[in-house]
Amino acid sequence: MIQRHAAIEVERLEKTFRVPKQHIHTIKERALHPFRRTEYDVYDVLRGVSFDIKSGEFFGIVGRNGSGKSTLLKCLAGIYKADTGKIRIAGRLAPFIELGVGFNPDLTALDNVVLNAVMMGLSPKEARERFDAVMAFAELEDFLDMKLKNYSSGMQVRLAFSVMVQVDADVLLIDEVLAVGDAAFQQKCFDVFYRLRDEGRTIVLVTHQMPIVEQFSHRALLLNDGKIDVIGDPGEVARRYLDLNFAHMETEPAMSRATVARPVGAWASDVAGTRLDTVTAGETLVLNLEVDVRERVESPDLGIWLQTRDGTRMFYTSTEHAGRRPDAFEPGERLHLRVRADTPLRAGRYFIGATLKRGGGHDDLLFAEPHVGDFTIVGDADYGLLTVEHELELERGLERAPQ
Amino acid sequence: MSAQGGALAAPAPREIRGPSALGGDWRRFLHLTWLIAVTEFRLTYFGSVLGYLWSLMRPLLFFGVLYLVFAEIANFGAKIPYYPVLLLANIVLISFFQEATGAAVTAVVNRENLVRKMHFPRMVIPLSIVLTSTMNLGLNLIAVFAFILIYGVPVQATWLLLPVLLVPLVMFTAGVSMLLSSLYVRFRDVQPIWSVISQLLFYGSPVLYTVQSIGDSQLEHLYMFNPLACILTQMRQWIIDPSAPSWIDAAGGFPLALVPVAIFVTVCVLGWWVFDHEAPRIAELL
Repeated sequence: MIQRHAAIEVERLEKTFRVPKQHIHTIKERALHPFRRTEYDVYDVLRGVSFDIKSGEFFGIVGRNGSGKSTLLKCLAGIYKADTGKIRIAGRLAPFIELGVGFNPDLTALDNVVLNAVMMGLSPKEARERFDAVMAFAELEDFLDMKLKNYSSGMQVRLAFSVMVQVDADVLLIDEVLAVGDAAFQQKCFDVFYRLRDEGRTIVLVTHQMPIVEQFSHRALLLNDGKIDVIGDPGEVARRYLDLNFAHMETEPAMSRATVARPVGAWASDVAGTRLDTVTAGETLVLNLEVDVRERVESPDLGIWLQTRDGTRMFYTSTEHAGRRPDAFEPGERLHLRVRADTPLRAGRYFIGATLKRGGGHDDLLFAEPHVGDFTIVGDADYGLLTVEHELELERGLERAPQ
Repeated sequence: MSAQGGALAAPAPREIRGPSALGGDWRRFLHLTWLIAVTEFRLTYFGSVLGYLWSLMRPLLFFGVLYLVFAEIANFGAKIPYYPVLLLANIVLISFFQEATGAAVTAVVNRENLVRKMHFPRMVIPLSIVLTSTMNLGLNLIAVFAFILIYGVPVQATWLLLPVLLVPLVMFTAGVSMLLSSLYVRFRDVQPIWSVISQLLFYGSPVLYTVQSIGDSQLEHLYMFNPLACILTQMRQWIIDPSAPSWIDAAGGFPLALVPVAIFVTVCVLGWWVFDHEAPRIAELL
């Protein structure tokens, strides 16, 4: 096994932004009011953040807007200077705050790739040597001599991502850069994530897409108001993040349509109703979902699904399966949906998702939450997701008929 | 790093101290400055069909206008030997200073996106601009020497001292560029103020005339406090007219000649110091 050393150490990091209430933009103003004190709005963006990331870890940083996660990333990347505290990073660092920053539209792909790679710490020679690999990965070999301004935006993103992969940094800092590009490109990004993770690169990903965090991260950190709210298991962090978001929605009712009704919890239980965190494969289980109704929902359809860590939906059912929809859910109701199922699922971690639709002509989606609860199935560590009823037969004969 | 590699030697952790002027890694700094400068240089020269011709045309046309006005109409340089080539050489040198510093003022702010999203030594920005201008200057000087030969200025050994003139000129330009580009982040009126000062320096340096045209020795000594005046005066003696006074003579001898040296050093150090001081916070101020 690799001996894991710390790749990133962060100690009591603090960062405060002082934004002047009245900006003095000119020497003239400064000269006219030499003694005017500038008043500042002070924002404590990071308030004493400490954590370690081990080498080879895929580490997620999540947080709501304004929680300080982007500032933290910029401090790690060396773009902002922290006020107090220490950051230590082992190995070459490649920050990706945005893909394709510094691309010059008047230059060819070669010039841009070299410039970008040198900015990330390669020597010009190394950068030129890797150019072919970059273009191959980006699937742009046919456009070598084209100026970048003639590239489509999708091609530019591919090129930028490709540079990032080929720079071979030990530590990658990635900020939601992957919200761009088409589905095929995103899939490629995910493949690369898996590959980089398996190669033992240290990756820090800032995002607010919980499925990505749960799918890739070994560990995650939730930042709230400049402090670490929770650090550790990605599932735990994702759940806490959703809680925080709901808490926020309650104070700001206009934020989301999820205020009409919201899922409060989901869990697995046995037939008797005892809550279970782990279920033995092959046993009958009951999926439970609780939903609070705030406003009247006419002709509703409440759905529940199971998905794996990487987002594959394994099973879906909804109240429509029981027959006619009810006329309405009334405000103040707490709904408890139970689905008793004999599942063929094998060992693994499963997430319970919930959805609520409102009828009347077309269905109107009120919420679709991929992770309301989760549980683990334990059992034989066989290959495959499902236990399938099957028969097996092996016929044996000689490779060639005897002469 | 691969999982099969077993226990790899752990890279030594280094502290991330935030952005700085030089970034701590000299080679990366030089690579980046060189690469950006060459790229910009190629863009100006190979971007348009006439490329280099256009870049050469600018000082030449400017020279043509000034020559027409001052030499032909005002009969300004009648007493100055080789006045037309002196004028041309002066224009090329002073334009280098004006163009580089003029472009450097807004350079950091114009690259806002880069500064806020990438980690690289900030000093690369003004210095790559000065370097591009220096390459430009090199090309223009080839044209200047062609004119000097055509005009019949005798070849002199002191021509070899040209680099001794160019090094302080480039250093001074770099110092001013660093100062301006970091100040502009805080104060947006640096640009109009500098364009006025830049014009003043053009007329306050011996471009159109020589130091002796001033006629008052005390005024001449004061005038020579301007480091650019010293460089142009010395250029005249070494390149064009050996009988012209050296910058030390024009500045009034030894103790007085130290004043422009002190100003030169102050500007360079101040530019460096201010930029270095501002560099860590530039990304936040933008």
